[in-house]
Amino acid sequence: MASLDDLKKRISSVKSTQKITKAMKMVAAAKLRRAQENAEKGRPYSDKMNNIILNLSNGISDIENAPKLLSGTGEDKVHLCVVMTSDRGLCGGFNTNIIKKAKLYFQKILDEGKTLKIITVGTKGYDQLKRLYGDKIIERISFKESKNINYFDADKVGKIVIEKFEKKEFDVCAIFYNQFKNVITQIPQEQQIIPLNTSENEENSSEDNYEFEPEEDEILSNLLPKNISTQIFKAMLENSASEQGSRMSAMDNATRNAGEMVDKLTIEYNRSRQAAITKELIEIISGAESL
Amino acid sequence: MSEEYSVEIVNPEKSFLSKNDVTEVVVPAFEGEIGILKDHISIISFLKPGIIKIFSKSGEESFYVNDGIIEFKDNNLSILTSLILNLKDIDKEKISEIQKSAEEELNKSDINDQEKYLLDQKLEVLKSIN
Repeated sequence: MASLDDLKKRISSVKSTQKITKAMKMVAAAKLRRAQENAEKGRPYSDKMNNIILNLSNGISDIENAPKLLSGTGEDKVHLCVVMTSDRGLCGGFNTNIIKKAKLYFQKILDEGKTLKIITVGTKGYDQLKRLYGDKIIERISFKESKNINYFDADKVGKIVIEKFEKKEFDVCAIFYNQFKNVITQIPQEQQIIPLNTSENEENSSEDNYEFEPEEDEILSNLLPKNISTQIFKAMLENSASEQGSRMSAMDNATRNAGEMVDKLTIEYNRSRQAAITKELIEIISGAESL
Repeated sequence: MSEEYSVEIVNPEKSFLSKNDVTEVVVPAFEGEIGILKDHISIISFLKPGIIKIFSKSGEESFYVNDGIIEFKDNNLSILTSLILNLKDIDKEKISEIQKSAEEELNKSDINDQEKYLLDQKLEVLKSIN
């Protein structure tokens, strides 16, 4: 049995861990609110963008010559996956869930004999993927320095993706991120951004006839790269809200577990103290009796 | 009959501005400035760097935009842009910063004519505000 001193030390160390997790939970809660607000504020932009693109792609007369970003290269050989994770740990299953989802997809691609290329955004994703898929990772990006998520960071990622697409380095591009549903639930998402999947939300499209200036095709070829950045930005916003939510519930659990542990250790401490006292008493009494 | 319609400007971070007493908006469309009045035909167009002017009952407002796309439909004008600055409380330093990066970009050898045109436009507009 551990000595009294040891127990005392353990209790105090668990208590200070609890203080840290509690503080982290508070910080995450505060950040979560901001991240959630940002995610909501960012929604109109991506929704409108989607709508316009939908209207435009309906208006395209010549499918054959449609921009490649919309219709794809016509092949399905090389897949590029952008895996978006956080830069910091201690956020429960947040990163693991994305990675799990991504790995399933990777396996499918590899089984079909296609080529896989990976871009990781965020250091944690790279750490988890480098062992198994290290040779497939062609780029790793991290925004550790930027305090807030901003569009220009997303644009940087978007530009890299488009540049690679124009060099014909891949045919299909998918992004992986966590969609924020609420504090306890975040759903790992897989979204194909090249070629663009317009069939999903076709019912929203309107039949309106628009006047285009300049021509549809030209607008579209200008707009599609922007849409890529917008989708990535949206994913980043969702991700950051999810990260904070996930961290908050993870830290909440940790705090509760630490509390339970302190209780258990305190009982053990009291018991062993009592045992020591009883032992001493027995010694005194039996010493007196023998006289 | 009222001559007003509504305009909404959104950038990726948030909804930047929303007004519903607008009488005219002048936007720097790619092929020249367009003034949009009420009951304009539905239009989609994209913007080059320039100044957006919004005329409303409460006065006139001007904004600098870097790029963007506009959609006008059912007397609703949506302007999507990645960078927008209100000319009233503009930051001189910020403008010089953009100007500098545009100049650097222009000096690169691998840009095509369209990019060059856009950058030239940008510099011209920036100079005019500064």
